[in-house]
Amino acid sequence: MTNAELLQVRSLRLAFGGVTAVDGLSFSVSEGSIFSMIGPNGAGKTSAFNCITGFYRPSAGTVVLDGEDITRLRPSAVAARGVSRTFQNLRLFGEMTVLDNVRAGTHLTIRQNPLDALLHTPRFRRSEAEATAHAHQWLDFVNLRGDRAAEARHLPYGEQRRVEIARALARGPKLLLLDEPAAGLNHSEKRELLELLRRIGELGVALVLIEHDMGLVMQVSDRIVVLNFGKEIAEGTPDEIRKDPAVVEAYLGKDEEGDRAPRPRPKPLERTQENTP
Amino acid sequence: MGWVRSLFDSRYVGVVGLLVAVLAPFVTATTYSLSVMTSALLFAMLAIGLNIVVGYCGLLDLGYAAFFAIGAYTSGVLATRYGWPLLTTVPVVIVAAVLAGVVIGGPTLRLRSDYLAIVTLGFGEIIRITANNLAITGGPSGIYGIPGIDLFGLDLSGPVGFYYFCVVVVALAAIGAARLGRSRIGRAWRFIREDEDAAEAMGINTYRIKLAAYICGAIWGGIAGVLFGAQLSAISPPSFTFLWSALILMAVVLGGMGSTPGVVVGAVIISVLPEILRGVADYRYFVFGIMLIVLMVFRPEGLWPHRAVERPLRRSRRRQPVEEPPVESGSGGRLP
Repeated sequence: MTNAELLQVRSLRLAFGGVTAVDGLSFSVSEGSIFSMIGPNGAGKTSAFNCITGFYRPSAGTVVLDGEDITRLRPSAVAARGVSRTFQNLRLFGEMTVLDNVRAGTHLTIRQNPLDALLHTPRFRRSEAEATAHAHQWLDFVNLRGDRAAEARHLPYGEQRRVEIARALARGPKLLLLDEPAAGLNHSEKRELLELLRRIGELGVALVLIEHDMGLVMQVSDRIVVLNFGKEIAEGTPDEIRKDPAVVEAYLGKDEEGDRAPRPRPKPLERTQENTP
Repeated sequence: MGWVRSLFDSRYVGVVGLLVAVLAPFVTATTYSLSVMTSALLFAMLAIGLNIVVGYCGLLDLGYAAFFAIGAYTSGVLATRYGWPLLTTVPVVIVAAVLAGVVIGGPTLRLRSDYLAIVTLGFGEIIRITANNLAITGGPSGIYGIPGIDLFGLDLSGPVGFYYFCVVVVALAAIGAARLGRSRIGRAWRFIREDEDAAEAMGINTYRIKLAAYICGAIWGGIAGVLFGAQLSAISPPSFTFLWSALILMAVVLGGMGSTPGVVVGAVIISVLPEILRGVADYRYFVFGIMLIVLMVFRPEGLWPHRAVERPLRRSRRRQPVEEPPVESGSGGRLP
């Protein structure tokens, strides 16, 4: 892991009319590290994601990627600079095949123009074969089990999540933002996700996670930022976050008391960590 | 049922369709039936073009007849007033269609598709009314005396020759549209139709790709307009009313949005059925309407809907989906 700052978010602010969704958020993510954003529902995590990826235009603040200001770029331009993302609710291209979904990630890399497609030139065949091979490679990487020629919407939910991650990886990102990747996954799927996140980290891709599963977050993250009502209340390593009184009060404390919807507790996941070699 | 489905997905449907078109004049070749069949071909061409916009990309265009009119008028004016042979007007028609596509699509494609529907509806009317008022387009009486097709000295202005010329052009248009649909840009169009935000997040500049779809549709429509002028030898503003745009859209929806063979079948039905129903005279459009409603109730996805299939490319490996060892991490592909 290097210490170069890949992503720097500086005093990001996003207001919708009178509501301030994100209020002065600053953090930075170093190359190849895993960074998590946690906080109660409505804390502004997804809004922050949307600002970073260009879907929302922040009211103030800057987003800097690799020294370049990407704050006002359109989402496709942000993606072209090596930022991939997944969505909180699955956003697959449902009526297209699994392979086509992942081929979306190759849109910017394959060399082919409409004339090649009309004439089926050797370059067309070569680039299509390349896109297909690339798609298979990333589906292998995420261990997709389902039929790759099937329409994406026909896969089970957990598999669809994998396809979405494979699609984001196929873009060849330096930075991958995952919005609640563990939501709706069962226990063993979560364990596989944990392993997958680590393998993505080993590729040198920096990860930013939004996640409610504390067990997962504490195990994979290098650093964590905690948001509440759009404001950053703490930032640090998992150990620092665990001990931070503000965090315990605003978030983890509530969780201990069982105020929140029942979710798998951290403990079983921590046990699985001991089991993983 | 599986084999029936694979029959419809086969690569050879195009060959079968072409054979039907080539052999049809051997069944009936009266001037009337040839004119009906030629109209069906032009309609198919329009449906194929509109399918790129509506079917592939999911953009609702209610003024598609405008591009048809631009094609017909551009070639008609050049051919009758300046004496250009009809085929030499095609490059100019393409340029005019592209320009019109950029002018109308440029500002509106930045908006969500509901606005596009309204603007294109207006655009269709503007083109027709402009043609009605300009001197160069002949005003309300239009342009007459448009020559037939002359292909390097081969006279194709007779009904049989022109029919076969249209068969070739429409076949090329169908192959072209289908090939584009299965390429990088065609996938991007479908990504946009499925989920514009997700497409944008994959680095696809959705604005430019939508504009490309719109321009492709314009080119197809413009070329159909050239053929239309050549077929009728006279064009006038009432030929390009909203009804045309609506009928073409109906052909696309009826046939199956996004499916090239589907929209061709849809276009043939929409153009030939009213002729077959001539027997019921005044009631034919009533019967036609009822039949369409029944069809859409029982088959809302269209007669021949598009289905997502993986067609193995030549020389590409066929993979087994399950027993593949995972790629070793680290060798996981090209990363920046």
